[in-house]
Amino acid sequence: MPERSTITIHVNGHTVVVPAGSVVSAALLAVGEPCRMSVSGEPRTAFCGMGICFECRAVIDGVAHQRTCQMLCHEGMSVETQR
Amino acid sequence: MRGFDVLILGAGIVGCACALECVRAGLRVGIVERDVPGGATTAAGMGHIVVMDDSPAQLALTRYSRSLWQELLPHLPVGVEYERRGTVWVAADDEEMGEVHAKRKTYALAGVESEVLDARALAAAEPNLRAGLAGGLLVLDDAVIYPPTAAAFFLHEAVRGGAVLLRGQGADHIGKGIVTLRDGTTYAADRIVVATGADIALLPSLPIQKRKGHLLITDRYPGFLHHQLVELGYLKSAHQISSDSVAFNIQPRLTGQLLIGSSRQYGNENPGIDQRILRSMLERARSYMPALAGISGIRAWTGFRAATPDKLPLIGPTDDPTIFLAMGFEGLGITNAPGAARLLVDGLLGRVPGIDATPFLPSRIALMETKHA
Amino acid sequence: MMRRTDVLVIGAGPAGIAAATAAAKNGCSTIVLDDNVAAGGQIWRGGIDSARTKEDPAKTKAIAALRSSGAEILAGRQVVDQPAPGVLRAVITMADGTRAESFAWDRLILATGARERFLPFPGWTLPGVFGAGGLQALVKGGFYVEGKRVVVAGSGPLLLAVAAHLQEYGAKVVAIAEQAPLRQLLPFAASLLGSSLGKLLQGARYRASLARTPYRMGCWPVAVEGEESVRGVRLTNGRRVWSEPCDLLACGFHLVPNTELAELLGCKLRGDFVEVNVRQQTSVANVFCAGEPTGIAGLEAALIQGEIAGLSAAGAAREASELYGRRSREQAFARRLEAAFRLRPELRSLAVPDTIVCRCEDVPFSQLQEHISWTDAKLQTRCGMGPCQGRICGSAVQTLFNWRATSVRPPLFPVPLEVFDSEEISISPETIVH
Repeated sequence: MPERSTITIHVNGHTVVVPAGSVVSAALLAVGEPCRMSVSGEPRTAFCGMGICFECRAVIDGVAHQRTCQMLCHEGMSVETQR
Repeated sequence: MRGFDVLILGAGIVGCACALECVRAGLRVGIVERDVPGGATTAAGMGHIVVMDDSPAQLALTRYSRSLWQELLPHLPVGVEYERRGTVWVAADDEEMGEVHAKRKTYALAGVESEVLDARALAAAEPNLRAGLAGGLLVLDDAVIYPPTAAAFFLHEAVRGGAVLLRGQGADHIGKGIVTLRDGTTYAADRIVVATGADIALLPSLPIQKRKGHLLITDRYPGFLHHQLVELGYLKSAHQISSDSVAFNIQPRLTGQLLIGSSRQYGNENPGIDQRILRSMLERARSYMPALAGISGIRAWTGFRAATPDKLPLIGPTDDPTIFLAMGFEGLGITNAPGAARLLVDGLLGRVPGIDATPFLPSRIALMETKHA
Repeated sequence: MMRRTDVLVIGAGPAGIAAATAAAKNGCSTIVLDDNVAAGGQIWRGGIDSARTKEDPAKTKAIAALRSSGAEILAGRQVVDQPAPGVLRAVITMADGTRAESFAWDRLILATGARERFLPFPGWTLPGVFGAGGLQALVKGGFYVEGKRVVVAGSGPLLLAVAAHLQEYGAKVVAIAEQAPLRQLLPFAASLLGSSLGKLLQGARYRASLARTPYRMGCWPVAVEGEESVRGVRLTNGRRVWSEPCDLLACGFHLVPNTELAELLGCKLRGDFVEVNVRQQTSVANVFCAGEPTGIAGLEAALIQGEIAGLSAAGAAREASELYGRRSREQAFARRLEAAFRLRPELRSLAVPDTIVCRCEDVPFSQLQEHISWTDAKLQTRCGMGPCQGRICGSAVQTLFNWRATSVRPPLFPVPLEVFDSEEISISPETIVH
């Protein structure tokens, strides 16, 4: 079976098509959605890109505080901004 | 040599509360802190302001001290994070439900407001508890605070009122109105108040033992938990003196974080995490709240409670008429800090105390020693 | 689940790969744990667009050697704690939850690499501001930057590599701002001519792809412009301040070592780095360390130190000693690197009172100023108490206030509580005694 070249995910309720192999935080950047709202309410996106800074935490498939820069998108994945 | 009316050793929450109380009584106060104020047992604990009924004396002191916290409330900075969350003592079965009713009666007699929750009311109050629990007792006025900022508040107010913080050196020895620091500096004081928590290096014969505890804090999950929950079995665990024990005890922080405890160990002075204890403690918590399984834990640490043989603190004068104690609070230092400070200063000045101070007097030590001999 | 191995290597960057290869080739059962999706570390991170990400031939060679050595690579594993002496526990996140795996080792090699140093300045928390290596990693992970104007700023050789890489992906790098002044960089550049043709050619390759990009030395960012996203960056050379319009800022101030695991295990530090002897052994018996945690020295040093650590761990002392000379030359390189990219004091005063220093807990600079130590500041402001556990603000406050981070506490990274399972650490003595 040929590998899929694109993957469909859901970001804050919007359907987004990303290349296979995309990390979740890259997909969030592509659609301009923040990963999380900071404790004082600022939007934050991925920063260190290597799983150290925890700015890229989001809610993945209902599970809170997941580091999206260390996670690949999978078909049907639900991604929500961590609030 | 610089002189003080009162020199307090230790700027934990108890020492800081004592300093403020002394300043308010018009005394010239110094506070000796070797490291960071509020940085040892104060920082390691949960910050639960709770009325406990282990003994009549403990009930009296915790109730009295909690009422002093309530008086302080309008003055506390936001950073103290005081929240009147209430404690729910969780009953797993009918036997523990029996204890709930007994406890409610004891509290009612002492004027402490509480409400019995049946199984359904408990589930409604805390939906993340597992099904099948019998109920609980909600103690409405119990509260949660963040202890390091509370200690800093007492200290700041004391310093504002003229107290002097002597930081960076611990006391090396004390006696006859003289405190000598490690670097040899000496201070004279009419009274020396030892408030060094679980550290008894200055008075090695004190019957205070370190009782190690573990805690773990999670990431932020606002709305997951509403009250401080403690299993009724906690009392059994807390009373057990000989062996290691764990109990379900979970606290909602203002930040949405969850602080999970608790464990008790004697005879272990290694500050490292004991993985066996940490795991049993978390398993215990998960057995009450299965949804904790998916919650992200960010840090675990340990601390040492200062435990006395009769579970009551040492507040008041010693054989040396210049040395006073305010230590040995075990797990209740945060709750009892304002009450202990008030009792101590009442004693110093010969004022009539708000509650009977005799159960806490260090003079009972001699009695303890004969009992334990 | 518990597995045992002769040699356990933590980190599959150059040092870890070299260490594992050497240990496995010398007859040791060897397992390498890495927290990334694939081996290679940060410097050899793979990309989604393989046509664009030119693989370093050194990586291809090193990975091939590792594969043929018999060492087992387990990616996606993050080491979180030490459940018992001689045992490390890692977690792996799967679609259906997080699982823990424990590894009992005879000898342990720490090759945990480095991370970027980030310094706070106004606007550094805005979306569109990234670490320099951070943006590179995200681009490799599928963030599309074609046509975007990027300023690359901060310090270190990484800036050039990042800028070249972003150009390859179609970004327009409008400026590279290196805080170190020319006079500080010159001896370093000159030393490249003398010592290493490879490094010079690598630099030259970057220069070619960046021919039209200004590389400004003695130049650093003072603020990000924009309310909700980046509109530009204010740069200064100390004499004047100007605005550089851009869409993205990639900014990192050289590297700091990842020493948390070493500290958890009780390894002694010397300054910021893990102390090792000639055999790359730490102060803890049977625990070795190689690469950036022992000193920021780059790729070649990591490969040699890794190999020495692997050989030492396998008991091949003579073979290891043959590499000492090459290692010394790389250490000389490291010293020049350190001198060249030393941070200028002006960087300590970029933050203004409301600049956030701790990104996890949103603690502003003004709240930290009144405190006396890191412990005091942490307790009173929550700085460093969030999920990154002070990895970002810790190195920032060290630069800003000269405060040293305090003790490391487990878990090393946040983990779901389900992985704390008491049965899994009921280790029978036979399992760990060899």
